[in-house]
Amino acid sequence: MQIEKATVKTHDLVGGDYRELVLTAPVTAKAAVPGQFVHLRVPRLDGSVLRRPFSIYRARDDRLSILYKTVGRGTRAMETIAVGDTVDMIGPLGNGFPLDAMGENPALVAGGYGVAPLSFLAGEVDVRGTVFIGGATARDILCVGDFESLGWTVRITTEDGSLGEKGLVTAALDAWVATQQGTPPVYYACGPDGMLRAVGQRAVAAGHTAWLSLDKHMGCGVGACLACVQKIRGADGSVAWKRVCKDGPIFEASVIEWDA
Amino acid sequence: MSKQSDIGVEIAGIRMKNPVMVASGTFGYGPEYADLVDINGLGAIVVKGICLEACEGNDVPRMIEVRGGLINAIGLQGPGVDGFVESYMPFLRQFDTPVIVNIWGRDEEEYEEVAARFDDAEGIAGLELNISCPNVKSGGIAFGTDLKMAADLIGRVRKRTSLPLIPKLAPNVPQVGLFAKAAEEAGADALSLINTLPAMVIDIETRRPVLANRVGGLSGPAIHPVAVKQVWEAAQAVSIPVIGMGGIETAEDALEFIIAGAAAVAVGTANFTDPGTVVRVIDGIAAYLQRHDLASVSELVGSIRE
Repeated sequence: MQIEKATVKTHDLVGGDYRELVLTAPVTAKAAVPGQFVHLRVPRLDGSVLRRPFSIYRARDDRLSILYKTVGRGTRAMETIAVGDTVDMIGPLGNGFPLDAMGENPALVAGGYGVAPLSFLAGEVDVRGTVFIGGATARDILCVGDFESLGWTVRITTEDGSLGEKGLVTAALDAWVATQQGTPPVYYACGPDGMLRAVGQRAVAAGHTAWLSLDKHMGCGVGACLACVQKIRGADGSVAWKRVCKDGPIFEASVIEWDA
Repeated sequence: MSKQSDIGVEIAGIRMKNPVMVASGTFGYGPEYADLVDINGLGAIVVKGICLEACEGNDVPRMIEVRGGLINAIGLQGPGVDGFVESYMPFLRQFDTPVIVNIWGRDEEEYEEVAARFDDAEGIAGLELNISCPNVKSGGIAFGTDLKMAADLIGRVRKRTSLPLIPKLAPNVPQVGLFAKAAEEAGADALSLINTLPAMVIDIETRRPVLANRVGGLSGPAIHPVAVKQVWEAAQAVSIPVIGMGGIETAEDALEFIIAGAAAVAVGTANFTDPGTVVRVIDGIAAYLQRHDLASVSELVGSIRE
């Protein structure tokens, strides 16, 4: 990890309310692996003392990009970032998805902008599988073309039925799992907590492996402040806090102790 | 052309290359920031609070950002004395930078025991006595806001350690000078102040406190002027050195503390914002000394004009 002063190359809407921020960040881009994140100091966010973490969407050559949706004060300030601006960034951070654990039958499960690290992942492996992308409406479905151009099968669900099947992404996942014979699926998921928990519980119940990218409010991003902790069960059965920013953000579903 | 200024300082017998330390709880135990910050460049490193046994800390959420700062209620999660010495001291001993251990206990006996245990550990330059953490139910701030309890505790710990003892005082007391004086009389070698200020945030939709611990400690630039005032009062009351901290983001913030009477300073929350802060602050202090033709930091300490 290191601090890099990245230059904004492009900053455009990519669909719905989602923007892609493309940065020239040669050092971080070269080191990044799928599932890792960068900790950005948001420019012009007056009175702010904390950086904001974003999953890496793309990292190729000297370019690195992130996807975000405006949801609060921090992301509203992000919208003001202009081409040519300098963005102070620490990265790449976190453990990343285990690429060698993917098996023959991977299932990627994405909710909203959680699709970003999974798109990065899909392009970094030789195997092809199925991608489940869920969102509230058609405007929340991103990156479909990324996966299709790589040869992945895409299944879309929206809660309002405006694109793909109507319902939750987990319902589409259940229907698909019921048809799977032979090699058991291995899941890679990123999205809202409720979705991660639902995917994780299904995998644990079926004896499948699921790698979940957890999202917690972070402080330092480097493992020092102990704000973004999650209860994780160790090999000896004992439960202890692990740092999502440093020990994660990717954890296997069977070791996660969800809150009651 | 002015002569080269000396930015080295000596606090409670601890020789530092410069007067800028990193504050407890904002720099982990060292390795977390080693890729981003030159640990040899720090005046001193104050590690996150250590009690006798490993401590789980509070439930989550543990931190919330507010205007001009953040509120934390980590609850002093930590590895305990043995865990710290085994896991982190070999790393920290590699550097030519004094290591100050922030210690706390649930009662007087635990404080004494922790202090005594560190006397045998190699490579520790001093103990910062945390009598003012707002985030633990027992111990912590209860000691720091009661004059008699604070003095008794410092006196008891004093008898159990030969290391420089640096009580960290609570800011939320009516007359911090009385606490500073009492600490000095009880055997303190220096003082740290301020700790975080007790604070809370409420979610108006759920009407619940945002932090799992309900309340936490406010840090960051919002508390800087409060800290300057408390350091100014404390420094006037004692003859031992005062280490000033609270919301430092720039060299100018640090210089205010020094002019108010601090012999050294610590950067805290700003390590999260920008890990390059400490280096910027050190360079800025050196540049200020040059510009004002001051030969050393000590010429500036307590030089406030009234």
